[in-house]
Amino acid sequence: MSTRAIHRALMGVYIVIFFAYLFGPLLIMGITAFNKSAYPQIMPFEGFTLDWFAVLAADKDMIYGLQKSLWIGFLVVLVSVPVGLAGALVMTQVYDRARSFYYLIVVSPVLTPGVIIGISTVVFWRQATQMTGLKFIYDGTVLTVLAQSSFISAYTMLIFLARLARFDRTLEEAALDLGASRAQVFRHVLLPFMLPAIGSAAVIAFLSSFENYNTTTFAILADKTLTTVLAGRMRQGTTPALSALAVAVVAVTIVGAILFEIVKRREDARAKARAATAERAFNAELTADAAGAAAA
Amino acid sequence: MHSSVGQWIIYLLPPLVVAGFALLAVLERRRLGPAAPLGFIDRNGWPVALFLIVAVGLWTVFMIVMPLMAMVDLSFRPKLAPPQWGGPKDFYTLENYRYFLFGSTTSTDNWNVTHLKAFGLTIWVSILITILDFAICYPIAFYMARVAGPARLRLMMLMLIAPYWVNEILRAFAFRILFTQQGVINKALLAMGAIDQPIDFIAADVALYSGLAYAYLLMMMFALYNAIETLDRNLIEAARDLGAPWWHIHTFIVIPHAKPGIGSGATLVFMLTAGSIAAPLILGGPKTLWFTPIVYDRFYQAFNWQQGAAYALILLAACVVFVLGVLKLFRLGLGEIAR
Repeated sequence: MSTRAIHRALMGVYIVIFFAYLFGPLLIMGITAFNKSAYPQIMPFEGFTLDWFAVLAADKDMIYGLQKSLWIGFLVVLVSVPVGLAGALVMTQVYDRARSFYYLIVVSPVLTPGVIIGISTVVFWRQATQMTGLKFIYDGTVLTVLAQSSFISAYTMLIFLARLARFDRTLEEAALDLGASRAQVFRHVLLPFMLPAIGSAAVIAFLSSFENYNTTTFAILADKTLTTVLAGRMRQGTTPALSALAVAVVAVTIVGAILFEIVKRREDARAKARAATAERAFNAELTADAAGAAAA
Repeated sequence: MHSSVGQWIIYLLPPLVVAGFALLAVLERRRLGPAAPLGFIDRNGWPVALFLIVAVGLWTVFMIVMPLMAMVDLSFRPKLAPPQWGGPKDFYTLENYRYFLFGSTTSTDNWNVTHLKAFGLTIWVSILITILDFAICYPIAFYMARVAGPARLRLMMLMLIAPYWVNEILRAFAFRILFTQQGVINKALLAMGAIDQPIDFIAADVALYSGLAYAYLLMMMFALYNAIETLDRNLIEAARDLGAPWWHIHTFIVIPHAKPGIGSGATLVFMLTAGSIAAPLILGGPKTLWFTPIVYDRFYQAFNWQQGAAYALILLAACVVFVLGVLKLFRLGLGEIAR
């Protein structure tokens, strides 16, 4: 065997081991969700059951946490998508030293540990609400949305920046020359161009918010979200109901991913059809022109 | 010094800095005269300009800068009951930082051994995990970027992302199922006859370290993949034609080219590991004290927020030092890392 063949074989073995490491723990956890045994295990397999899902559905704290997490995720999307978009647009308009200063500030939440963002948010708003009397801000849900949006806006901003890098500025100028106002250009040229990025930014923002624990555990105060309920349960001990929750989460995400893929494919197909129509029209015009030229 | 000064700084400094930049912009425009480029409001139209200013202003000032400043301010204050805030006893002090180093004034130890040890362990293990993640990811990232065809690449990407749809806490739970005394690995080893007594993987921190290495693998993977992907294929071909052995190609061509990716991956993995709180809570052995749970306890067990803020700042400082160290080591700029 040549050295290259050996390399390839070794690489193949490594890839298999790597994905076993990635999926093994999750698969085993998934199996424990269906085992009758009260302790999460796969050996001995005491029989197939769906009871753990019933236990899960009857868990009031968990249901409350889930609702809270969904609500917070929704609010975070509402805050961080427009803020990230504004952040990205401003980035394309500041230059020189102001730009690196601005960049340092808006990217710093990405490079700050989540616990610190949670802590600083709580500390600041406790003080600020005491000074101003705006007590309603000092509330677990509000603080969690503020703390999470602080770094999730930076994520969405990075997504928007990547999309803006491909924006053709001449489109804007063309619209302005044709008499559009600045606001109209924003509404009818820039926003439609950003639409796919807005979609993926919203998805990323929601998922980051939904599964966040580090920031939330500080900012949520006495309230609870799904992740904080989960962490509390896990400290009390392990039960297959938690595995059942993992299975449910995976099932929901897989369905979501498939739906997302279908929508995307349909959109791609539509875009392709539109491009084909445009090309046909363009060609037809060319032939018409050529015919006209020939007739003349 | 009386500490309402701190409050004035927090509430006045950010607007002053913003005003300073606005003033500089105005002066610059005046200097350039009619040659100046289109102004911010003219360029965006006032509705959009207003939206941009309000959104970015609220975000940077109220959600990023002021909270951090408030935390710094609080960390230099003594623990007081709320009625005494701003009173004569509320002055700046280094007490919270002194406590981190030397412990309570009544203790007989010279140093605050528990907290210092936890901090040292957190930083040290985070560095090791970062290196480990690089070692695990590098071959796969190289394979994806240079060897795999488009169909296989798509499949591998999907398989990489899929496990990370599961929540961080549930992922840690999966490792707990594997590694407890009645866990799957112990059961399997016992059944094979490799051991007669279950091994306590949790107390030995095997569970914690493998869980942490797993938790933030993806960050390193994508950073490396993106960096290696931009490498010109001809460079590798040329080196191969000139007879370079495979490890030469990696040490002298691929890795130098991937430096920004390695830097950004290392920064993210280190920061996330050092700041992680779920995995240490769920997988940490009874004797292992990670730093973040200590910070949490300062806040919600000891109710000493001042000290908690100081501890959080110490952790943040460690992360900043690490980022600067990586920048220096790899000779990179911040912009190249946070991409």
